[in-house]
Amino acid sequence: MTEQAIEPRRIYAAVTDTPTSYAREPPDAHPPLDYPPYKSTALRHPKQPLVYLPQTITEVTGPRLGEGELGELDNDLTRQHEGEPIGERIVVSGRVFDTEGKPLAGTLVEIWQANAAGRYLHRWDRWPAPLDPNFSGAGRCLTDADGRYQFTTIKPGPYPWGNHYNAWRPAHIHFSLMGRAFAQRLVTQMYFPGDPFFEYDPIFNSVRDPRGRERMIAAFEIHETVPSWAAAYRFDIYLRGPGPTPFEA
Amino acid sequence: MIFSPTPSQTVGPYFAIGLPWELGPLAVTRDAPAAIRIAGTVYDGAGEPVPDHLLEFWQADPDGRFADMHDHGGPSQLRGFRGFARYGVEDGDGSFEIVTVKPGPVPGPGDTTQAPHIDVSVFARGMLHRCVTRIYFADETEANAADPVLARVPAERRATLLAEPVAGGYRFDIHLQGPDETVFFAV
Repeated sequence: MTEQAIEPRRIYAAVTDTPTSYAREPPDAHPPLDYPPYKSTALRHPKQPLVYLPQTITEVTGPRLGEGELGELDNDLTRQHEGEPIGERIVVSGRVFDTEGKPLAGTLVEIWQANAAGRYLHRWDRWPAPLDPNFSGAGRCLTDADGRYQFTTIKPGPYPWGNHYNAWRPAHIHFSLMGRAFAQRLVTQMYFPGDPFFEYDPIFNSVRDPRGRERMIAAFEIHETVPSWAAAYRFDIYLRGPGPTPFEA
Repeated sequence: MIFSPTPSQTVGPYFAIGLPWELGPLAVTRDAPAAIRIAGTVYDGAGEPVPDHLLEFWQADPDGRFADMHDHGGPSQLRGFRGFARYGVEDGDGSFEIVTVKPGPVPGPGDTTQAPHIDVSVFARGMLHRCVTRIYFADETEANAADPVLARVPAERRATLLAEPVAGGYRFDIHLQGPDETVFFAV
């Protein structure tokens, strides 16, 4: 500790513009860590019960990630190379809220995805579909004051994977949300409406609550389309909201 | 709760397209005074390294202050301190290494003080939701003994949360499963 150190109690008492705790989520809000239909969970889930963590200042704070660090084209995946990527150009936009409906401003949204043929620009993706020299598949942006974000990209293709015989992933875009606190951190996937692969995909179906699965499906949004340019999907995201004031009870 | 939360999904094997960045593993600038390395390996239930893990770290500075996005009256004064690190690579071998400073104690519930610790989120293919653990420091015996969170952990499992001092920093391995399974928390 240096002479700048201040007495710990005071730091905590001064937390004012952010929740001092986050609501505990219902058990079926997220997929189980042990989910046999998704084979890779077998050796990668803890078998011991999780230990209850009373949320402290470490969990209710979070980093200022992305501020002043993003490039102008970071949210346009169709303009990151010399030429245009092949595929169906789409705008994906939406708002980030907490579960109380409060918009979350200034939070980092990161996405990554396969190209129109369902191929990722990654050394480990070896299935025989073409790479697109004009598509990397990564984007990022900060939400504005209304919690709004927007990406321009191309619609990713579905692709086969090795989970079981003739396994296919529905088309999806990976989303990473920092939220405004460690407790709000979320990584998810956005799906497209009406995908015929839904019923066969153990990752999508690992969410046991049908309303939860519905939450992960974007909506076609005619009002967001850009005439003569791009189709549009809306994907609103809900991160856990504030809980009761923790330490007074 | 008015709205149901958006459910978690796995990061899958290809997150390296989008999530890592060059300075990601630096919670503090490399030349920061008292910079240390924390390194280790993530193992699965068969004892094999997990090559496609993504780890995130969040912590206070040595004075117990956070580089937080909110105004809590006492943000970190340490120049170049981000307090956050992200480690994930395209061609992983299960190991990780971050550069940071050792955090100071911070307040806990009630009148308690928490021992120096770092919150860690573990993501990987095969993990449908993140797992959260904490790094404590094996050389903080006294502070650890008074820590309100460690007190909730069965005594025989506490050692899984202790980073061991090594030259230049600390070593901390993570076992997702198995006899040495790391303690994970419900946040």
